[in-house]
Amino acid sequence: MTDRALAVVRAGALTTVQDAGRPGHAHLGVPRSGALDRPAADLVNRLVGNPPGTAVLETTLNGCAVRPRSTVTVAVAGAPCRVTVDGRPAAWGAPVRVPAGSLLDIGPAESGVRAYVGFAGGIAVEPVLGSRSTDLLSGLGPPPLADGTVLPLGRPVGVHARVDVVPQPAPPAELVLRVTLGPRDGWFTPQAVRTFVSSAFRVSSASNRIGLRTEGPALERARPGELPSEGMVLGAVQVPPDGRPVVFLADHPTTGGYPVIAVVRTADLSAAAQAVPGTPVRFVSVRRR
Amino acid sequence: MKVLSVGEDALLVEVSSDDEAQALHAELLRRRAEGSLSAREIVPAARTVLLDGLDSPAGLAAELTAAKLPSAPQRARAVVEIPVRYDGPDLGDVATHWGVPKSEVARIHATTEFRVAFCGFAPGFGYLTGLPPRWDVPRRATPRTAVPAGSVALAGPYTGVYPRSSPGGWQLIGTTDIVLWDHARVPAALLAPGTRVRFVPEAGS
Repeated sequence: MTDRALAVVRAGALTTVQDAGRPGHAHLGVPRSGALDRPAADLVNRLVGNPPGTAVLETTLNGCAVRPRSTVTVAVAGAPCRVTVDGRPAAWGAPVRVPAGSLLDIGPAESGVRAYVGFAGGIAVEPVLGSRSTDLLSGLGPPPLADGTVLPLGRPVGVHARVDVVPQPAPPAELVLRVTLGPRDGWFTPQAVRTFVSSAFRVSSASNRIGLRTEGPALERARPGELPSEGMVLGAVQVPPDGRPVVFLADHPTTGGYPVIAVVRTADLSAAAQAVPGTPVRFVSVRRR
Repeated sequence: MKVLSVGEDALLVEVSSDDEAQALHAELLRRRAEGSLSAREIVPAARTVLLDGLDSPAGLAAELTAAKLPSAPQRARAVVEIPVRYDGPDLGDVATHWGVPKSEVARIHATTEFRVAFCGFAPGFGYLTGLPPRWDVPRRATPRTAVPAGSVALAGPYTGVYPRSSPGGWQLIGTTDIVLWDHARVPAALLAPGTRVRFVPEAGS
């Protein structure tokens, strides 16, 4: 019999299991979670013949290394990086066959932040509320990978894609985030709103799966205090008392009391997930469609 | 009701009281159950209900702006009873703040019927309302780095029970052994918005 599992040899800085997350439970205080760069996660699943939303690995900055116990088709995309199998170069952005017992190494991101590693059959840890995603805010789902962790793999259901290489947008030199203002832009001075949509910010190194933090001009409030807690959406730009905007990513809290000056379009959040600390950020106000 | 647009496909409906928020939440759940509202998330909070993942937010916004707020729904649900020992380290501070003996804090708390106004902070953490405004208490000046799971606590107008150990600034008045959150259980959360709750002192406490 085949042992459909993989052993983690090098966990990397932060590698987690991610799928489409667990939306629909925000009223219980459960974050949505899920892959931050959804197009990249969808791509690796397509490349190995998995349905969209199958659980993959999401690495952070320095990749990871795993040893599958049975032969498996894998694909790596998201942040460009060097991929090797037993030390030999292998394709990035294309299906790769990894023989049983071989070492698959995903190298450091050459640009961007997060690489996605898809395995035919998917990572088959036990789902929690319908999702296998690691939620770093509330601790739901499997813990981040550690050296020696063994993860079960599911049975392949499809045929891997017949493509050699798939072009992917390069991580941006400048992160441009389209926003619609509100719901609490009225809590800021008109000058602060102008500053928000016209100034250059930078991605802070304190960013994580909960939020993309920024450095730059502090946004001045027109009124003090906190709002009564209210529901928060993915992409909400919350402004804490220090005046530096935080863009809520997948593991964001479901409610909060700091005013939301604007909301980033969902389509722009995958680029936010790949913006390294120091990347210039601009918020561009667009009309609601 | 004031309806604010949130991003591309969400609305934040603002009302003027906690009771109105609970009534609006119940009405929106009723509409979703009967199929006249399609929303991925309906998230009540202190003075608002967030509707996320809407098909036609603009149309719904117009409709809700013109709609009359429903009256509070019948409280038909069963009451969840939470066994509690009133032995929290802040019981004395709360008694001082209220100007009553410690035993009276326990009596007042245990004879109040609560309702889960909304959840947040952690999976399964409910913000329970029911105490009259004169029993509001401030958060602790210095939050604790670790509040034990099962702590029954007060802050502002709310009572809450910590589902798991976490940092927290609420005033701890008691302890329960009941499991607030178990993702292997159906439902995982003991407390959901709208749930009625009573705290029942354990024998001997």
